[in-house]
Amino acid sequence: MSIMVGILFAIGTYLILSKTLLRIILGTSIIGHGVNLLILTMGGLKKGVPPILGLNEQYFTDPLPQALILTAIVINFATTALFLVLSYRAYSVVGSDDIEQLRGFDDE
Amino acid sequence: MKRPNDVILRTVTKVAAVIILTFSIHLFISGHHFPGGGFIGGLTFTAAITLLFLVYGIDTIRKNVSADFKAVAAIGVLISALTGVGGMMAGKPFLYQSSGSVNLPFLGDTILATAVLFDVGVALAVIGTALTIITSIGDDR
Amino acid sequence: MMNNLIIGPIIIPVIIGLVLVVFKNNLGLHRYLSLFATVLIGLLAVLLLKQISTGGIQVLYLGGWEAPFGITLAADTFAVLLVLTTAIVTFCCLWYAFSSIGAEREQHYFYPLCLFLIAGVNGSFLTGDIFNLFVCFEVMLVASYVLISLGGTRMQLIESIKYVLINMISSFLFLVAVAYLYAITGTLNLAHLSIRVAQSGQDGLLTVVSLLFLIVFSLKAALFLFYWLPGSYSAPPTAIAAIFAALLTKVGVYAMVRLFSLVFYHDPGTTHLFIGALAAASMVLGALGAVAYDDIKKIITYNVVISIGFVLAGFASFSLVGIRGMVYYLLHDMIVKALLFLSAGTVIHLTGTAKIRKVSGLIRLHPQLGWMFFIAALSVSGIPPLSGFIGKVFVTAGVFHSAYYWLGGIGLFTSLMVLYSVMKIFMNVFWGHTNLTAETEKGTTQGLLPPIVALTALTIALGLGAEGIHSFVDLAVDGLLNPNLYIDAVLAQNVK
Repeated sequence: MSIMVGILFAIGTYLILSKTLLRIILGTSIIGHGVNLLILTMGGLKKGVPPILGLNEQYFTDPLPQALILTAIVINFATTALFLVLSYRAYSVVGSDDIEQLRGFDDE
Repeated sequence: MKRPNDVILRTVTKVAAVIILTFSIHLFISGHHFPGGGFIGGLTFTAAITLLFLVYGIDTIRKNVSADFKAVAAIGVLISALTGVGGMMAGKPFLYQSSGSVNLPFLGDTILATAVLFDVGVALAVIGTALTIITSIGDDR
Repeated sequence: MMNNLIIGPIIIPVIIGLVLVVFKNNLGLHRYLSLFATVLIGLLAVLLLKQISTGGIQVLYLGGWEAPFGITLAADTFAVLLVLTTAIVTFCCLWYAFSSIGAEREQHYFYPLCLFLIAGVNGSFLTGDIFNLFVCFEVMLVASYVLISLGGTRMQLIESIKYVLINMISSFLFLVAVAYLYAITGTLNLAHLSIRVAQSGQDGLLTVVSLLFLIVFSLKAALFLFYWLPGSYSAPPTAIAAIFAALLTKVGVYAMVRLFSLVFYHDPGTTHLFIGALAAASMVLGALGAVAYDDIKKIITYNVVISIGFVLAGFASFSLVGIRGMVYYLLHDMIVKALLFLSAGTVIHLTGTAKIRKVSGLIRLHPQLGWMFFIAALSVSGIPPLSGFIGKVFVTAGVFHSAYYWLGGIGLFTSLMVLYSVMKIFMNVFWGHTNLTAETEKGTTQGLLPPIVALTALTIALGLGAEGIHSFVDLAVDGLLNPNLYIDAVLAQNVK
C-alpha cells in the first residue's frame, strides 16, 4: 500500500511539474487519491466487522479513516471541479493552456 | 455537423433514465440502515440527468426542468443546516438527531428519524452542485 | 460548559448566505442581510466573551457525541477575540464593497461568498478537532478561490490558477500530516492529542510531523513560503483583497499558534526556534519587497508578509510577554491591514494607477483620505499611541526575554523598513505638486470613506484604550500558555 502511495505521489508530482494546465489538474487529482490511500494505510488495515452497535463480534474496523476519506473525497471533488472551470475560463481568455503563456503582467 | 446515428442510445436512455432515477430514490431511502444515503442517492440522480443531457442536449432539458440548480443546492444545504438548528431549539446540542415510530396510513408502523431530513438536504445539495458544474462547463462551446 | 451559541458564528453566515443565493436578484437584500449577519456574529462573540470570562472555556459537542469521539467546537478567549475582530473587519469591508465592487460582481454571489468565507474562518477559529480544522480551511479556501477569480479579468484568472494550485497542494500536505498524526496517536481531537503527545513525550517522529504541519500552515499563513501572496492579493478588487489580507493569512497563524501551544509544545528548542527563523526570514524578505517596489498594491502586500513574521516572532519567543504581544499585534494587524488595503485601494480607484510615481499631491483634493492613510501608516509601523505600538513593545520585550536577540533586532529593523515603505507611498502620492484635478479623476470617494473612518477610529481606540481589552487578552494568553485549561474544558469527564 505505501509503495502504491509513493507511486501515486510520484506520478502526481511529475504531472504537476509539467507545462499543460490539464496535466496539472490531473496531477492534483492523482495526488489526492494518493493522500486518501495514505489515510487508509495510516489508519491501520485490519479485519473486522462494521462498527455498528448490536453486532456481537470481537473485532471492529476503525470507521474514522473512512469518514475522513469520504470528507476528503468530497472536498477534492469540489476543488477539482472548480479548478477545471477556472482553467477553462483562463483557457478561453488567454487562448492557451500552456502555463508559460499564463504569465506576463502589463507592467513587467 | 452531421449527427451520429444514436437510435440505440436514445431508446435505451428513455428506459434507463427512469430505472436510474428509481434506483437513486431506493438508494436514498435505504441509507438509514443499509449502504446508501443522501450523497450517493444524489449522485445517482445526477448521473441520470447527465445521461439525458448527453443524449438530448442541454437546451432540451433546460426547457423541461426549469429549476435553478444553484438555488436547489442552496435550499439543500439550508435544509441540512436548519435540521441542526432544530435540535438546538429543543435544548439539545447542534445537529442532535432523534427518531421515533409513527403510525402512517398504508405503510403501518414506520420509524421516522430527523436524520432523513438532513439527508434530503444532502441529496438536494449534491444534485444542485453537480448539475451546476456540469451545465456551466458544458453550456458554451 | 456546554453552549449552543458557539455554532452561531459558523451557522449564521451559512444560513444567511444560502438565503441570499435563493433570492439572488434582490441586491438590496443581499447588502443589508450580509451586514446584518456580521453584526449578529459580532454580538454573539461579545456574548461569548462575557460567558467565557465568567464560566471558563465554552464547548459544544455536535450531535451530542462527546469528545474525543464526535466533532467538538471549543471557544476560548483567543478564538473568540479573533471571531469578534473578524466580524468587525468584514463589516467594514462589506460596507466598502457597496459602492466599489460593481453590480456585476454583486450579481455573481459576491455577498454569499463572503459570508461562506467568514463561516470557514470562524469555523477554523472555533473548532476543537484537527480534521475539522481542515474542513473549515477548505470551506474558506473554496470561497476564496471563487472570490479571487470573480469578475474574470485576465490577471485575476492567471493569479487564481496559481493560488488554487498552491492551496490544493498544501491541503494535500495537511491531509498527509493528519494521516501520520492519526497513525501515531490514534486521535484527532486537539485536547486528546495534547494528552497523548504529552504522554509519549513528543519524540523525534512527532516533531517531524509537527514540522510538516508547520510547512502546511506556513504556506497558508504566508510565513516565509509567501511567494504566491503578492501576486494573488494584488489581483482581486480592493474589498476582496482587504478581506483576504485581514483574515486568510491570520487563520493560518491561528492554526499554527493553536497547534504549537496546545499539542506540540514539548520541544520548543526545535519547533519554536524553527518558527522564529522562518519569521525572521519572512520579515527580512518582506521588507526587501516592500522597499523595492513602487507599486502601491505590491508594497502593502509585502507588508502583510512582514506583519505575519512579526506576529510569529512573538509566538516563537513562547514567553508570557511575547505571547501577550502577539495577541495584541494580531488583533491590531487584522484591523489595520484592512484599513491600509481599503485606503490604498481608494487611492488606486481615484487615480486609476497603482504606480506611486505617477501620482502626487492628492492631499489637496482629498485631505481626509490623506490623513487617514497617514494614521494607518503610522499604526502599521507601531508608532505610539496607535494600536500597533503596544503589541510591538510586548513582542520585542518577549523576544529579548527569551534571549532571541537576533530576532528582536530584525523585528525592530524591519519596523523601520515598514515605516519607510508606507511613508514612501504617503510622500509620493499625497504630497508634492498636485497633478490631478477633480475632473481628471477616475472615480469618486463617495460612499468609500465611512468604512475607512470607522477602521481608523478603531485603530486609534485600540491604541488609546488598550487597557480596556487587557483583561481579555490576559485570559487569552493564559489559555495559550496553560494547555490544561483547554483539555479540562473539552474532555470534562471522559478520558483522562
